[in-house]
Amino acid sequence: MNDPNLLVGMERADDAGVYKLSDDLAVIQTIDFFTPIVDNPYMFGQIAAANALSDVYAMGGKPLIALNVVCFPVKTMDISVLREILKGGLEKMREAGVTLVGGHSVEDAELKYGLSVMGTVHPNKILTNTGAKIGDCLILTKPLGTGIINTAIKGGMATEDSATKVTNCMAGLNKTASEVMQEVGANACTDITGFGLLGHACEMIQDSDVGMIIYASSVPFFPEALEFARMGFVPGGTYRNKEFRMKLIEADKKIPEYMMDILFDPQTSGGLLISVPKEKADKLLGRLRKEKVKDAVIIGEVVAKPKGKVVLR
Amino acid sequence: MEREVDARGLACPQPVLNTKKALEEIGEGVVKVIVNNTTAKDNVKRFAESQGCSVEIEEKGGDFYLTVVKGEVPEAEKKPEEAIGKDVILICTDTLGTGDKRLGEILMKAFLNTLVDTEPKPAKLVFMNNGVKLTTEGSEVLDALEALEKKGVEIFSCGTCLDYYRLKEKLQIGEATNMFDTVKSLVGAAKVIGI
Repeated sequence: MNDPNLLVGMERADDAGVYKLSDDLAVIQTIDFFTPIVDNPYMFGQIAAANALSDVYAMGGKPLIALNVVCFPVKTMDISVLREILKGGLEKMREAGVTLVGGHSVEDAELKYGLSVMGTVHPNKILTNTGAKIGDCLILTKPLGTGIINTAIKGGMATEDSATKVTNCMAGLNKTASEVMQEVGANACTDITGFGLLGHACEMIQDSDVGMIIYASSVPFFPEALEFARMGFVPGGTYRNKEFRMKLIEADKKIPEYMMDILFDPQTSGGLLISVPKEKADKLLGRLRKEKVKDAVIIGEVVAKPKGKVVLR
Repeated sequence: MEREVDARGLACPQPVLNTKKALEEIGEGVVKVIVNNTTAKDNVKRFAESQGCSVEIEEKGGDFYLTVVKGEVPEAEKKPEEAIGKDVILICTDTLGTGDKRLGEILMKAFLNTLVDTEPKPAKLVFMNNGVKLTTEGSEVLDALEALEKKGVEIFSCGTCLDYYRLKEKLQIGEATNMFDTVKSLVGAAKVIGI
């Protein structure tokens, strides 16, 4: 099927599909749902909604409407749990200015929730995960470590403070970060989710004419994640991500193994990884911090060599 | 003492938790852990090593058999629940406070001597800039630092500082470290006490 109006399809594992409606309007469509990340149903709803909306923000678009996607064990779980989840999701959508227009639920032994989201973007302003240019700075807007810390939470090893901090981070919208990015301008963007920072970074440069240098000591992460990684509270996804992408990574031998874990840690509802022209980097960073995206930081740059690889220093 | 933990089919992080429980129960001895996926194998190995145990792994019929040997109680008197949230004390000069230099030296000595008998201990002492004069030849506080090291406190001196003051060969206690590890120690600490 070859539709010339399809601007972003399935070929490059991008964050969403984009379809041109007219010369100045394209529609973005995405869907994301998953099993509970946290015990609190309301927060689960908030995180799932933020996570689904993030893909539209990562494309440089504006989400407008959404549909609920629900799988619920109605015979064995109290319906009040679902009510709380949906409330969390709805309030997150309200926060984003997104209207809920419907949804679909299926009975399932395993609880799942998320959204299908529709948004819009100008066809010339779409930010795909390719498009990074030599000399660009790389900015990350949320700290890493949610996968490792969630594993530790499951094991009862994390403090309540840690759990709250991480939950709030996951429930945070990438809305402001995206709006500032769209205003200042960028060359490429993706959101950091299941493949971890390095997994998604590799997506941005694989088979391309550019490479990346990432400075491991600049990458923001939750401090607790380091100790938990050392103790073996590392989700299976981290190892899988490492295995899948290690051949595209050239890592300095001094970088400890547990730091590599954090860099490959699968994130839930992570931040945006933005490739911004060098001359705009300071302005973007300044505006992000001013608009309260306080964890935004420059973590590396886009280089000519090695092509298609990520160098970790 | 010996314990066996069959963690096959258990979801992450249950294998690590069960191993942790078994290690706590035996005091000293061997815990044999069986898992059936590489994630669990890597995580249990990681955990055991972080607790100062040695690990040997054998693969049999798709399962992994880990033999975890817990020797004498490791120098660090860490209760496993306290493995997270450790404090770091950052010492950036060789006197405590500014003012009279001799008073500063006396106070620093008293501080470190008192620290030897105080609980809980910090996980690490990090010495930077003039602080490296305390970990090198001629320091008056080496006894206190040795006592702290015996109780499991890790002692690090900034490598750049040792080089700058030409004290690299005169390091008497602990290890030289680099900025990367220093920053990681500070950032990963529950709290950092700067004196």
